[in-house]
Amino acid sequence: MGRYVARRLLQMIPVFIGTTLLIFLMVNVLPGDPVRALWGDKPPDPAQVAQIRHDRGLDLPLWQQYLHYMGGLLQGDFGKTIAGNRPILDEIKQAFPVSMRLAVMAWTFELVIGIALGVLAGVKRSRLVDNTVTLFTLLVISVPIFVFGLFLQLIFGNELGWVTPTVQDSENFQQLLLPALVLGLVGLAYVARLSRTSIAENRQADYMRTAVAKGLPRHRIITRHLLRNSLIPVVTYLGTDIGTLMGGAVITEGIFNVTGVGNLLFDALGNREGAVIVGIVTVLVLVYLLASLVVDLLYAVLDPRIRYA
Amino acid sequence: MPDLTKTPATDEAHAVAIADADAKAVDTVEAAGKPRSLWGDAWRDLRRRPLFIVSALLIFVVLLVAAFPGMFTSADPRSGDLTNHFLQKPNFGHVFQPDWFGYDRQGRSIYARVVYGARNSIVVGFGVTILVTVFGGLVGMLAGYFGGFIDSLLSRLTDVFFGIPFLLGAMVVLNAFTERNVWVITGALAFLGWTQIARVMRGAVITTRHADYVMAAKALGAGTKRILFRHILPNAIAPVIVIATIALGTYIVAESTLSFLGLGFGGDALSWGGDISDALADIRNNPHTLFFPAGMLSITVLAFIMMGDAVREALDPKLR
Repeated sequence: MGRYVARRLLQMIPVFIGTTLLIFLMVNVLPGDPVRALWGDKPPDPAQVAQIRHDRGLDLPLWQQYLHYMGGLLQGDFGKTIAGNRPILDEIKQAFPVSMRLAVMAWTFELVIGIALGVLAGVKRSRLVDNTVTLFTLLVISVPIFVFGLFLQLIFGNELGWVTPTVQDSENFQQLLLPALVLGLVGLAYVARLSRTSIAENRQADYMRTAVAKGLPRHRIITRHLLRNSLIPVVTYLGTDIGTLMGGAVITEGIFNVTGVGNLLFDALGNREGAVIVGIVTVLVLVYLLASLVVDLLYAVLDPRIRYA
Repeated sequence: MPDLTKTPATDEAHAVAIADADAKAVDTVEAAGKPRSLWGDAWRDLRRRPLFIVSALLIFVVLLVAAFPGMFTSADPRSGDLTNHFLQKPNFGHVFQPDWFGYDRQGRSIYARVVYGARNSIVVGFGVTILVTVFGGLVGMLAGYFGGFIDSLLSRLTDVFFGIPFLLGAMVVLNAFTERNVWVITGALAFLGWTQIARVMRGAVITTRHADYVMAAKALGAGTKRILFRHILPNAIAPVIVIATIALGTYIVAESTLSFLGLGFGGDALSWGGDISDALADIRNNPHTLFFPAGMLSITVLAFIMMGDAVREALDPKLR
């Protein structure tokens, strides 16, 4: 177990380096020059532009810039923004807890409602329930999420007035409820579909017949026998989704005016602040890599036949 | 191999693959008496599924609209008559007329825009799917078949691309282009989207790699290329096709999401995503401008997902 974790952690290093390199290269092909942009419409002073470029190391070859960046990263230095000269780490520290809160809430929706719907449909006591759940999940997946977001905002925020249309205080649990639901909606549908299929496949298994024949109570059969065997694909999805939820909230954060990572990223993209984008993606990749390790360890908990030596 | 062709009729695709190495036998429906292939079996099952028939019909209609938009409307999707500005709500009696779905903010026929917008969305959907299936499939196949160092290398490469959030990466890539035409968007989505197919393909190839018929082909002296494309590919591609069909729909949604963020098609290009994001500014007063492009997009996506589901269920003996 300890050796397995150590090996996995070692394997993460090349992936981490590769992903940061990839996003670094992608960001550096962005057209537009953030240094010249500091002058706005006025013609920039070439000497000053060259000075700023030199100070920031922007005149170095790309590979040196990358090494320089990674060197700083290892010491917890994410660099500074070009406009304003603020430490990027501070901006990320400010935005991350907000996105984290939103993501955890959305994730809880996925977990609870998604699995509940999947069980409801998969156990199939009635065809009507199964078809309703299937139709609902298909609808959620095929309608773009921003249409849902604006639609729900219009109904619950503007027309009914149950919630504030936009988030004023990102620490307020109630205000984040609707954005979190919107953010988790697609994942919720995927979780429901995955668990439904998985349960439907396992429903006919021999161990299920045995459990019924032993006279076990129904809820025990479902939770202990059926669910435990059916949840592996669902756990995989939920595990990798936590990173996606944090980074993929650009739409939801935009609609509901949440000042999280998505918002920061969208602004950075507009202002050509490449270092901010690389910094955010770096943190997201770390979250994703750790989450996938946890998922793999959870497999062994769900299925004792899986052992990590 | 005359004795092998006389194997008793089984539903196993494997039997067919050994019987005659001709890949055609794997995907055609054989007459009675010969063993049916996995695909032949699935096809017989599919023909009876209402889910499959409905989705196939929908996809056929959408493809027809995308290919020949002029057949469905005579109105010009780009010409706006401001006397029609918003005022004209849908007129459901006027089937196929320009005012069927009403007019948008600039007095352009929404029906004509929906019809002409189909092509870009469909081309993006199919283009991305074809690119990711070919590239992801190849990476997954090589990783799964050769194992060892090649597997580690390709799997880590897949991990690297998988680690970058899809939407976020697409935003960064597309932001680099000032002129975003259909190929740029297709390329950007494919650049980041191939990892899922690669992983599925790798898993499927690993399970078929040690099958008896692969061993037999090796023993008979078949080359690597022949084994990969004649024996492994036909037997490992089923899950890839299912995933690709469903993913096609999600790529169409992704294009519309990028349009919403202002990173979709530029200029006066017609696309459902662009029309949806234009309509969002005024959903309170003129919901019809949103309803039709969003509805068409959703129906199309729905059709592809339903098709994928139907094929999955037909291929999976556990669900029959």
